[in-house]
Amino acid sequence: MINIIVFSLIGLGVLFALIRLIAGPSSFDRVVGLDTLNIIITAAIVMIALVLESSLYLDIALAYAILSFLETVVFARFLEGKQ
Amino acid sequence: MKKGISTFLALWAIWILIAGFNVTEIILGGAVALILAFIVSKYVNYSFGFSIVLGALKFVFVYIPVFIYKLVIANLDMAYRVLSPKMPINPGIVKVPTEIKNDFGKLVLANSITLTPGTLSLDVEDGHVLVHWVNVKGSTEEEYKKEISKDFDKILGGIIK
Amino acid sequence: MIIAGNILMVIGGVFLLLGGFGVLRMPDVFNRIQAGTKATTLGAFSLILGVGFVHPQWLLKLILIIVFIAITNPVGSSVLARAAYKKGAYQYKKEGEERSEVK
Repeated sequence: MINIIVFSLIGLGVLFALIRLIAGPSSFDRVVGLDTLNIIITAAIVMIALVLESSLYLDIALAYAILSFLETVVFARFLEGKQ
Repeated sequence: MKKGISTFLALWAIWILIAGFNVTEIILGGAVALILAFIVSKYVNYSFGFSIVLGALKFVFVYIPVFIYKLVIANLDMAYRVLSPKMPINPGIVKVPTEIKNDFGKLVLANSITLTPGTLSLDVEDGHVLVHWVNVKGSTEEEYKKEISKDFDKILGGIIK
Repeated sequence: MIIAGNILMVIGGVFLLLGGFGVLRMPDVFNRIQAGTKATTLGAFSLILGVGFVHPQWLLKLILIIVFIAITNPVGSSVLARAAYKKGAYQYKKEGEERSEVK
């Protein structure tokens, strides 16, 4: 029951961030949407670990957090350098 | 030599944190960390002594509670601004002076400014932090500093310098 | 213990939702970064800590994830905001306010 509530809240958050990702007027808005989406998904993976009772998913969440940070920094650098 | 030992300890600690407390894992991780530290130590450029332990303890017990308190306040503030229908925001970009000189201190200060109510650090120049502020109050640099970074500047100056 | 974990998880979910909503609703890039970063950081902390209360044997690794998010998330948003500032992204001004770019 509690899992369903938490997953619905997370799902709505993902939906809003996705709308910003698709509709954002500039590329910076899109990257902001992507960054927010990544953090929400990291939390969602931890929830999945809880639901499936498997600690392997925690490693996946950690790797996802590292990769999402790299992704944000690389996109920001790329947009900063582009003339 | 000091570099090698520092690298070895850092690698081993990270491995134990990731792999968990299991005797085989700890021994294997120690062996691999020793070999890696031996290879890598020529290229790294840092080392730490015993004093870092004291610094870390002070950091955890003095800095973290202030940080968490500010983080919660920041979120309630942001939630209020996002949810209220009129959106009471007055954004602008301001310059805040700081006394902290070393790199790690600047990183921690910028992170803290980002997570405190309504502020986001943009750039660190020498002696200044550029800050985007959702609700600008006051008009001089001293007023900005008083509102934004006074607490953190005091605490961090005591720990890191 | 489990009840406290469940309450923390629901609070975390609410803040993650608010983060998404803030990113959707705010008027310019910097305000979006602020809303997104702050609300989702506290939401993720709270949710992950709640999972730690329900499953105490995972606590160490969960705290590792929390520390990692606490270090990287503000850095990422700062880098992004700096890029947007340097490229002169659109800045929202309150109506009737006249202000120079940087004071």
